Amino acid sequence: MFETINYESRAGVAWITLNRPDKLNAFTAVMHKEMLAALKNAGRDKDIRAIVITGAGRAFCSGQDLGSSDNPDYGEVLRKGYNPMIQELVSIEKPVIAAVNGVAAGAGMSLALACDFRIASEKASFIEAFIHVGLVPDSGNLYFLPRLVGHAKAMELAVLGEKISADQAKELGLVTKVAEEEAFIQEVEAFAVRLASMPTKAIGLIKRYMNKSWESDLSEVLEYEALAQKTAGGTEDHKEGVSAFMEKRKPAFTGR
Amino acid sequence: MADFQSIKTKVEDGIALIELNRPDVLNAISRGMVTEIRSAFETFDKHDAVKAIVLTGNEKAFAAGADIDEMMEDDAVTLELLNQFKDWDQLHTIKKPVIGAVSGYCFGGGFELALCCDILFASEKAQFGFPEIKLGVMPGAGGTVKLTKLMGPKNALEWLWLGEPMTAKEAQKHGIINRIVAPELVVEEAMKFARTIADKAPLSLRLIKESVRYAADHSVQDGMQLERKNFYLLFSSEDQKEGMKAFTEKRYPHFKGK
Repeated sequence: MFETINYESRAGVAWITLNRPDKLNAFTAVMHKEMLAALKNAGRDKDIRAIVITGAGRAFCSGQDLGSSDNPDYGEVLRKGYNPMIQELVSIEKPVIAAVNGVAAGAGMSLALACDFRIASEKASFIEAFIHVGLVPDSGNLYFLPRLVGHAKAMELAVLGEKISADQAKELGLVTKVAEEEAFIQEVEAFAVRLASMPTKAIGLIKRYMNKSWESDLSEVLEYEALAQKTAGGTEDHKEGVSAFMEKRKPAFTGR
Repeated sequence: MADFQSIKTKVEDGIALIELNRPDVLNAISRGMVTEIRSAFETFDKHDAVKAIVLTGNEKAFAAGADIDEMMEDDAVTLELLNQFKDWDQLHTIKKPVIGAVSGYCFGGGFELALCCDILFASEKAQFGFPEIKLGVMPGAGGTVKLTKLMGPKNALEWLWLGEPMTAKEAQKHGIINRIVAPELVVEEAMKFARTIADKAPLSLRLIKESVRYAADHSVQDGMQLERKNFYLLFSSEDQKEGMKAFTEKRYPHFKGK
C-alpha cells in the first residue's frame, strides 16, 4: 500500500513505521504524502485508539533527505509537505506516541516533538541538526520545543545543535520513558495498548484543549473545560467508569 | 408541516430546528432545498409556538455548496426565467431570530445560506469559503455582497479571488460568526442560545432585528429614523407596560408578544 512507510494495525493500535532504513528514514515528498494519508486513515478508523510512529532500522528519522529535493524553495517544501503532516498529527483526537528507536534529527526530531508522548530506546538520540547546515528548526519545532522544555533550554538546543542522549531527553522532560534496547518494542507495545484501552474520547478532548490552552487565557480555558466535560459526561466510557467504580471492578472502556 | 425531501424539521420547546438533509451529497443545496427552507421559514415565522429558528446541517457539512449537476447545462435566459433567487430573497424577510449552527464544510451556496442567518455558531472545525472561482463562476446568492459588508472590499476580494477555505477562527476575526463551539455541541449551544432569546420580549426581538438589518444597509440618519419609529411602536405594546412595571416592582416580566 505504501512505498516509504509501513502501516499496520493490531490491538486497537496503528503502527506507522518510517521505512527507508538505508537513508535513516529521511523524508522525501512521497513520504510526506504517505504519512499524511496514513495519519488520516488512523484518525478516521474507529477501531484505532492509539497511534505509534517509529522508524525501521537504526534511526527514527534523520529529517529532510537533502539529496532528494530538486525544489530549492524550502518554504514551499514545508507548506506542501511537512506542515500538513504536522497539522494532521496534532488534530487527531487520539494519543500519538513517537517510539524513538534511534536518532531523531532535524525534522525527524520535530515529528517526535509533535507527538503526544515520546518513548525512547536507550539507543535513541535527539539533535536539532538544522543549525549545522545554516537552517532554522521547522515543522513545528519552534512551537513545540520551547513549550516542552522551556524557552532557555530550547534556545540552547536549537542554536547549539548538540546531540542529546535518551537519558538527557528524559531529564529534560522530553520523553516519558527510556527503555532498554531489547525491551524497547515490548515497552512501546504495552504503553500503546494501555492507551488504546483507555477512554479515547476523553483523551481526545484533553489533547484538543490542552493544545488550545497555549493560545487561550484562563477564562477561555475554564469555558473549554466546561464544554469538554459536558461532552465527556455524555460518553459510554464515563458511565462505564462510574459503574465500575461503584461495583469495585476494573472498567472496560470502549472509546465511545 | 409539508412533507420535505431535502430538509428535516421539528419544533422543540418553542424552537424550530431545520436540518439540511442531503447527507449523500454533503448537503449540496438544490433549488428544491431552498424552496423547502423558504417554506419552512415562512411557516415557522407565522407559527405562534415558535419563538426562534435554528438552521443546521450535519457534522460533516453544513452544506458543501450548490448542486452543480443541476445548473451545469443552464444558460443565462433559463436562469432569468427560472428566477430561483426569489426563494433566497424571501429568506431575508423572516421576522423571527434565525440562528445558524455550522459544522464541517460551509462552502459556496452553503456559505451564502449561513450568511442569511442572524447569528452564527460554528464548530472549531468548520470551514467557510467561496470556491466558485475554481469552477469559472462566482457567488450568486449574495456572497460577494455580504462578505464585502462583513469584512470590507480588500479582505473580501482576497477570499473570493483565491477561493480558499477559511477556518472558524478567521471567520470569527472577520465578524462572520458569533461563537466558536466544540464540534460535539454546536447544535446544542445554538439551541440553548435560541431558548435564551426565546424568553425575551418577542416584539422587541422583532423590531431590533428589523432595525439592525436596516442599519447595516442605510445611512446613520436613516437608521436612526427607523429606530425611533420602532422604539415608539413598542410603547403601544402590552409587553412594554408589563416590562417596565415588572422592573419597578422588582419581579420577572411575563411577555406575551402583544
